[in-house]
Amino acid sequence: MIKLTIDGVEIEVEQGATVIQAADLAGIDIPRYCYHPGLPIVGVCRICLVEIERMPKLQVACYTAVSDGMVVHTNSPQVLEARQAVMEFLLVNHPLDCPVCDQAGECWLQNFYMQHALHDSQMIENKVKKSKARPIGPNVMLDSERCILCTRCVRFCDEISQTNELGIFNRGDHAELLPYPGRELDNNYSGNAIDICPVGALTDRDFRFRTRVWYLAETPSVCPGCSMGCNINVHHNDNRTYKADGARISRVKPRYNADVNQWWMCDAGRYGFTHVDDETRILSPLRKSNDAFSNILWDQAIDDIVAKMQGIIDKHGTEAIGVILSPQMTNEDLFAAKQLFVEQLGLKNIDYEVAPSQPGNKDDFLIKADKNPNSRGAQDLHIDPQSTNGMSVAEMLKAAANGKLKALFVFCHDLGNGFSADDVKGAFSKLDFSVFQGSNHNNTSKLADYILPSVTFVEQDGTFTNYSGRIQKINQAVEPLGDSKPNWTILKMFAKRFGKSMPYFETGDVFNALSASVPAFRSFDFNNSQNQNEQITTEVA
Amino acid sequence: MTEKIISKFFDIKDSHTIDVYEKHGGYTAIKSALKTKSPQEIIDEVMKSNLRGLGGAGFPAGRKWSFIPKNSPKPKYVVVNADESEPGTFKDRYIIDHYTHGLFEGIMLAAYAIDAHTCYIYIRGEYVRQAERLNEQIKAAYERGYLGKNIFGSKFDLNVYVHRGAGAYICGEETGLLESLEGKKGWPRLKPPFPAIEGAFRCPTVVNNVETIAYVPTIMEKGAEWFANLGSERNGGLKLYCVSGQVKNPGVYELPMGTPLREIIMKHAGGLREGRTLKAVIPGGSSAPILKPDEIDVNADYDSLAKIGTMMGSAGIIVMDDTTDMVRALYVVTRFYSHESCGQCTPCREGTGWAERILKRMVDGDARPEDVDNLVRIANNIQGNTICALGDAAALPLRSYVQKFRAEFEACVPAKHRNDKPEEESLMLVD
Repeated sequence: MIKLTIDGVEIEVEQGATVIQAADLAGIDIPRYCYHPGLPIVGVCRICLVEIERMPKLQVACYTAVSDGMVVHTNSPQVLEARQAVMEFLLVNHPLDCPVCDQAGECWLQNFYMQHALHDSQMIENKVKKSKARPIGPNVMLDSERCILCTRCVRFCDEISQTNELGIFNRGDHAELLPYPGRELDNNYSGNAIDICPVGALTDRDFRFRTRVWYLAETPSVCPGCSMGCNINVHHNDNRTYKADGARISRVKPRYNADVNQWWMCDAGRYGFTHVDDETRILSPLRKSNDAFSNILWDQAIDDIVAKMQGIIDKHGTEAIGVILSPQMTNEDLFAAKQLFVEQLGLKNIDYEVAPSQPGNKDDFLIKADKNPNSRGAQDLHIDPQSTNGMSVAEMLKAAANGKLKALFVFCHDLGNGFSADDVKGAFSKLDFSVFQGSNHNNTSKLADYILPSVTFVEQDGTFTNYSGRIQKINQAVEPLGDSKPNWTILKMFAKRFGKSMPYFETGDVFNALSASVPAFRSFDFNNSQNQNEQITTEVA
Repeated sequence: MTEKIISKFFDIKDSHTIDVYEKHGGYTAIKSALKTKSPQEIIDEVMKSNLRGLGGAGFPAGRKWSFIPKNSPKPKYVVVNADESEPGTFKDRYIIDHYTHGLFEGIMLAAYAIDAHTCYIYIRGEYVRQAERLNEQIKAAYERGYLGKNIFGSKFDLNVYVHRGAGAYICGEETGLLESLEGKKGWPRLKPPFPAIEGAFRCPTVVNNVETIAYVPTIMEKGAEWFANLGSERNGGLKLYCVSGQVKNPGVYELPMGTPLREIIMKHAGGLREGRTLKAVIPGGSSAPILKPDEIDVNADYDSLAKIGTMMGSAGIIVMDDTTDMVRALYVVTRFYSHESCGQCTPCREGTGWAERILKRMVDGDARPEDVDNLVRIANNIQGNTICALGDAAALPLRSYVQKFRAEFEACVPAKHRNDKPEEESLMLVD
């Protein structure tokens, strides 16, 4: 360990650490543009210059390694002067078009100008003109005039996505960030370049001009796009929905988690939230009659379904009902479903897994082939036909086609992803009765007799267990759309109507019951979770 | 008659060929060193000779070589910096043209001393003829067995390659040069590590100027003490001074280190033209702080020039007489540094361009009162705050010209703006 002093504070850090890392640990703020803890250090922006005793010149905090007895000053007059000088230089050719810049409000030029510069501009020359509003890929818009040439995005493409699309062309104040000739910034992680751009040079083509960032609220959550479980922040626009054509979720940003996704997330996850507000959302319980759906009230739907299920159980026994749960559901939803269907109603045919006929894409970074956030949770909860001696999904569909299965309860799935559309259709046509419960319409929902609206991941609390067994919490960001309800709430209504008890009033109650009965979940504290570095329940297989 | 080492070859016909070089005593130092001297003995000898890095920084050459790790499993490299891009400097071109094999012999000694088997000569792209000459003479040396496997019948192998630059000043900075050599954009590296530890291809590398390497054979032949005694204290040997500007006889003059600057200009370069008086002297290439006529009674060596606040640099002495417009001269210099700034770090990238635009206005007669102070402020804010020395190279002339010739800069402010205050200026902009 190395002992050094920064602004009079004694700090102990590991050998090889840099001054900026030591300062970060001590909570001493040193401004930075080019430095990013996830990228190689280049020391080009020069805003992090600090004074180190016994060194003749100011040193960049991002690159200078700590040494024993080092005395660093981050606020000496010399440092403040140099910092202000760098700010002044950065703004020499900057267009200062903040009023029309999408970065305004989260721009590090604005922030550091307010914190460290506040100088009156002496610059009366013409500025260097460069290209503006130039799309450089499907997701990214480039404004070269705003670029401060910190090369974060270049280094991201070289070192993290390893796709090498970007470079700096030309010299001096004519230097310009551009994709290499014939290339565009089109890779599975291109959106991260926007996140790490400290200024308005790279903006998000999807988010651009949809809303000002100061109208956004932020809720920590987990990406439901695959079994990786990248930590995210959901940015939602609660009060000014008219700014974005009614879309409540404005964007999704990765949230730092050292053990899962570090600072990054893939584009599929980043832009994969559109189902939350699109026209396929199911807004009310629906009942089919004469091949057309009509809205009904929740009580009516629950009464109808419970009566029909009871009728089938009475006539054909519990073996005649199949339940297909979904690895899109939270642990709490899966637990409540298992409690209702297996423990309280005694059903045997319960499964969750529908292997897709087209395997999902994957890589060795963040993208997993399993496009469900909670397959591991379903496994840990033992939702499988082996443990109940029942039928798998495939067997259920076959049994339905043979007339042995009379009723099917499908959660979320589009069964056409794993089976031929004709087989699914054939199976449903033989059923006496079927229910679909999910947030959005799909080809399977249209086959069901009843459709029940559940919420999306941004409208509920809960937990997902990622591929490695890490339990992570999602949090409610916005109110449920229409009449939709969390799955476990719907299941509780069923239980009540069946005369059973489910004494849960909020999601945490479900989790507590779950962790009391399944040891794998015991290490996780639902209410005390900071959504950071959650416990691993079991080691990666 | 003073001693000449390199420049005596300038007047010999075909001095760039092996035969002529050998006739004048060439390749004796390497032949005997390969047989009788250990690598460490060569490093010690160069260290004793007080040979400085003659490209501009003046770092003692022997010490630079001694930093090469002895037990590194990595290959080691000798890189010769022939980028010669500092305005006012043209000595390396003469060496390559006339003392070609002297340079090669120096390379062989340097390579043997640090146990390198590969040398790259990074040559300025504009030096087309010189690159051709190098390649043609390297070929001749290979044919004689002076390069390649087992040079001169010893057990030592050495390959030499010529790499042409693409015209960037910054590639004369040693780490910018290495980046360019590796095929990347010529952006100087953060230091440490220095090239001696991680240089070309992240392997230990000695980067030396052409002139530095070219003096090594003579040091080995005549001894370190002899060489050191030619120069002044801690500045060994001779130096090729490039004199240009408004003198009678501009050219390259090989003189002892520490020859008085006034003597170089007035005696060796023939002094000023008739009827002219001296106005200013740049002692070491365009990046060196400028000197006024009363400041040139100084010995032209690294330590003496540093003592009076300027620098020896590449010994590119530029003489300006009373016909020179200092504002225009500074504009030309600053335009150069602005054009050549690599754009990597903020102060130099933005500061040089800003200063250039201010100076352009001054030259065009549209200056404001605050411009003069802004130029000094820009220089102060660039200097010392950048990765490489180009920032300083741009800042030093900027500040020294304005400070020493302030009246000329203030005279650029047209009468109507003389009494402007910055506040009034900003009010006008709002209007």
